[in-house]
Amino acid sequence: MQVGFRGVDRMQLICPAGSPPALKAAVDNGADAVYVGFRDQTNARAFPGLNFTDADLAAGIEYAHARDREIYVALNTYASSARLNQWRAAVDRAAALGADALICADLGVLDYGARRHPGLRRHLSVQGSATTHAALRYYRERFGIARAVLPRVLSIEQVERLCAHDVVPIEVFAFGSLCIMAEGRCQLSSYATGVSPNRQGVCSPARSVRWVEEPGGARSAYLNEVLIDRFAAGEPAGYPVVCKGRYVVGGETIHALEEPTSLNTLDLLPRLEKAGVAALKIEGRQRGQAYVADVTRICRQALDRLRQRPQDWTPQASWQRELARHAEGRQTTLGPYHRSWH
Amino acid sequence: MRLTLGPLQYFWSRQRVLAFYREAAGWPVDVIYLGETVCSKRRELTTRDWIALAEELLASDREIVLSSLALTEAESELSALTRLVGDGRFRVEANDMSAVQLLRERGLPFVGGPTLNVYNHAALRLLIEDGLQRWVLGVEQGRAEIEGFRASDVVLPELEVIAWGRLPLAFSARCFTARALDLAKDECGFRCIDYPNGLPLQTREGAAFLTLNGVQVQSAGRCDLGPELDELQAVGVDLLRLYPQAEGMAEVVARFRCALDSGVAPPRAGEENGYWRGTAGMRCVDQ
Repeated sequence: MQVGFRGVDRMQLICPAGSPPALKAAVDNGADAVYVGFRDQTNARAFPGLNFTDADLAAGIEYAHARDREIYVALNTYASSARLNQWRAAVDRAAALGADALICADLGVLDYGARRHPGLRRHLSVQGSATTHAALRYYRERFGIARAVLPRVLSIEQVERLCAHDVVPIEVFAFGSLCIMAEGRCQLSSYATGVSPNRQGVCSPARSVRWVEEPGGARSAYLNEVLIDRFAAGEPAGYPVVCKGRYVVGGETIHALEEPTSLNTLDLLPRLEKAGVAALKIEGRQRGQAYVADVTRICRQALDRLRQRPQDWTPQASWQRELARHAEGRQTTLGPYHRSWH
Repeated sequence: MRLTLGPLQYFWSRQRVLAFYREAAGWPVDVIYLGETVCSKRRELTTRDWIALAEELLASDREIVLSSLALTEAESELSALTRLVGDGRFRVEANDMSAVQLLRERGLPFVGGPTLNVYNHAALRLLIEDGLQRWVLGVEQGRAEIEGFRASDVVLPELEVIAWGRLPLAFSARCFTARALDLAKDECGFRCIDYPNGLPLQTREGAAFLTLNGVQVQSAGRCDLGPELDELQAVGVDLLRLYPQAEGMAEVVARFRCALDSGVAPPRAGEENGYWRGTAGMRCVDQ
């Protein structure tokens, strides 16, 4: 039987690492757990030069465990039939190296982990798109998941109601780049490039991106020959992902889907804790060591402050400033947690 | 191969919906999917109304399937889903794992919709244990994926492939139609009813790219696998899904029916087949 988790004494801080230095930075700055991926397409940040060899991971696990922290391995892409054995082998490798949990979305991968390594915790990845207590029950009953990461589509009220159902411990995103579509349900990159987050672990692959210098200093960003945005001379130009481009709708040129912005939930920490959220996740395995260090440190300070003085919660202005510095387009939002974003 | 009329993805007036399906009852399709799969705020037809329409269409001697919402968030949406599943007289197309769980708990067989994320035979086997009898491939899956499934030891369920229409590419909590019209979602005024084929989105160079349809983003071009008829047959596809559009649907159905009856693939009428060929969905690749 699943043990209720609402009595958990504090929210865990789960931080990203795309390299061994980032992993150390996360541990050193107060992460309770660090999540990482292997150097292949078994995880949703399969970028060149990023992620962990088996030796890296072994050393990272040793470093974390020596400090009483945990390492989760993200195996959260979907395997085709032809490649399923590669994903299964990755589950075996994570288990052999002593990972504390797997983060998975594919039913076949979850099933393999549950049968072959029942003692290794399984967390449902955000890519699993579970947004209701019925969906969570499915993954708990089928694969005995120990936790689920919620897609960034639910309002804070919906998160609270979902937690109240007490199906499995809940992890939510607290800071980082904002996927605005239900994760695991977005084919925008795939539609434009043939490469998808679900299958190849990449959104907007670098090899499909082309920058064109226009006369007068403007710059155009193309994704597989689709113009995603055009930036005036001197205008900050973000990496071209489909959902954050400017397009023409009804004769107007607008950020039709979303502006370059990042999620920041510091304002909501007391509500998330009161709701019984088990863990807060920081997005950004593709980001550098400095990002991981700064964001982890600030979130650790915020969580410690919340624990010491839960009443009259106000995030420090300095925290917000520093987080904004690491945000896309230097702006942050409460995103879907806040109804007005919808 | 059989023809199916996929669920209506757009928001039309009640009158328009009922007129559409009155006409559809006379079209040479084998299966009709009914229900709101995009936005639960669209209530020209309630869940009860869709079920009533399903009852009416039974007389047309077509297989009637009730399709569930792709993105279920609110408790009210889960209640509507429970009603859809609880009716029990019609098979349900499960478009998320909430629906799969409710169907599984009741021991009811179901159709797995294109948003379930089934990428390998092991996942499919589990869903078959849960009651899946037919599976609609995800939008980004094509010929190679079917061949991969066929190479496994799983006894495959009926396979349905999207053969016509704008592709459902993404779902969000945000309403993109409301955003384009500078309205808050909670005060959207149901304005997507003004765009019976969705709201077109072009690049800044004027190229058609996407279609905004409430909380859903679709392709701008229409997928068309008519010319791929021989390949679809060769890999054992059982059903071809045609997604409704505001005008000319009778002709779309007639074109596919004629192709199936004659065995002669029609010339291309839509714009895209990239996913079938294992490349970017927006592409059109002739062999």
